[in-house]
Amino acid sequence: MNLINYPKPVCGLAFLLAAALFFSSCTTVKEYQKNKLNDAEMTLSTRKVEKTELNFQSYREGASGANGGKTGGGCGCN
Amino acid sequence: MKKLFLSVIGMYISILAAFSQTSVKADTVYKSRKLSFEEANLVSSYYSQDGNNAAVTGGIGSEKLSDISNTIDVKFSRYDKRNRKHIFIGELGVDHYTSASSDKIDPSTISSASHADTRFYPSLGWTMENEKKGTSVGAGISFSKEFDYQSIGANLNFSKKTNNKSGEFSAKVQAYIDQVSLIYPIELRTGNSGGDRNRNYATTSRNTFSASLGWSQIINQRLQVSFDGEIVSQQGYLGLPFHRVYFNDNTVQVETLPSSRLKIPLGVRANYFISDKFILRTWYRNYHDNWGISSNALQLETVVKLTPFFSVTPFYRFYQQTAADYFAAYQQHSVADNYYSSNYDLSKFTSNFYGAGFRIAPPDGVFKIQHLSALEIRYGHYQKTTGMNSNIISVNLKFK
Repeated sequence: MNLINYPKPVCGLAFLLAAALFFSSCTTVKEYQKNKLNDAEMTLSTRKVEKTELNFQSYREGASGANGGKTGGGCGCN
Repeated sequence: MKKLFLSVIGMYISILAAFSQTSVKADTVYKSRKLSFEEANLVSSYYSQDGNNAAVTGGIGSEKLSDISNTIDVKFSRYDKRNRKHIFIGELGVDHYTSASSDKIDPSTISSASHADTRFYPSLGWTMENEKKGTSVGAGISFSKEFDYQSIGANLNFSKKTNNKSGEFSAKVQAYIDQVSLIYPIELRTGNSGGDRNRNYATTSRNTFSASLGWSQIINQRLQVSFDGEIVSQQGYLGLPFHRVYFNDNTVQVETLPSSRLKIPLGVRANYFISDKFILRTWYRNYHDNWGISSNALQLETVVKLTPFFSVTPFYRFYQQTAADYFAAYQQHSVADNYYSSNYDLSKFTSNFYGAGFRIAPPDGVFKIQHLSALEIRYGHYQKTTGMNSNIISVNLKFK
């Protein structure tokens, strides 16, 4: 496989890197200031209750991944 | 003399009290090395769908399917001599589905081998966290078995927090070594290539390898974001042997797809704490693969906290994809095509998925059951522009 065939994803990865560098310079939030960020609903991941939703979406849609769900292996899905 | 004596005693106690205020370094605090229970989750779901583009019957016919899924995961932890936290997670899942279209693999039987099946999937995971260094390493193994499919998986992961603990880099590699049973439609079977549940079907391999990188970042006291990028490479038999394709000359063959596929999904997640009553959760994914599918997915959720312990979360997800290069509808493929599929999951479509979730997490336990720390129920309705629609309801019970 040649990544040259995938200009948009390469641009995306470059964006990812640039964004990571940009956000690494963000304001420091002290531990005692993280009460809002530590709220159970602020977790940066899918909820446990969404587990089956992610599975059926990976079966019923051509795209998958980047959400904590399956990316093609482990089941007879796409 | 008595006053002097009391003053000396008082000073001594003051000095003792002063020493007792001396801070103790976090890494010298004693932490139990015994294995302790952290939490357990039980997730149960019921899913049902219907439509008229079943891949088993070449892109026409009922897609009616229902699935009952149950998973339980249990998490334990312990600290080692160097105060590193070891987390152990065991998970067991069982799905049972019934499918109208699978019954068409061999319509001459009242109930064919795959009209219903049960999938069994246990997994084990271990993570070691070094809180002082802000690093964690982990590994996991998984297994999945259903009548016509078996999978063995393994993964390794690593993460490192920035010095100010506002950002975190993560990396993960995964491998799945799978076996697909070659169960062909009845009219395309030759010799011993098919039959009932007691026969041994030939199998073929499907391997999946993926590498993912992630970055999560606290922007301010209310906003945090994460970026995830993956590269997924698949090799082997990537179609399913019981998917029919009817050509424009009215002949029929089994779906044939390339033996390799490269997928690149990129995801961004951002959560914003609007107020004590509202939290906005967003997720976007851009996806490309070398089969010609490009897609965008966007999900928005608003958590509405009716009380500190009860919240309602309406959500909406939009999804759009282009068709795979190898897709064509019933009787649209030419026999001259090298690759062909009439699986509508690979067609061009958009979909809408919407619903709501409810979460209850009172401090004294749900229904006053002390160890039942949270109950979550979520319902969603899914609609594709191809006509397929489905409903899903899930329940999560969390025990602590």
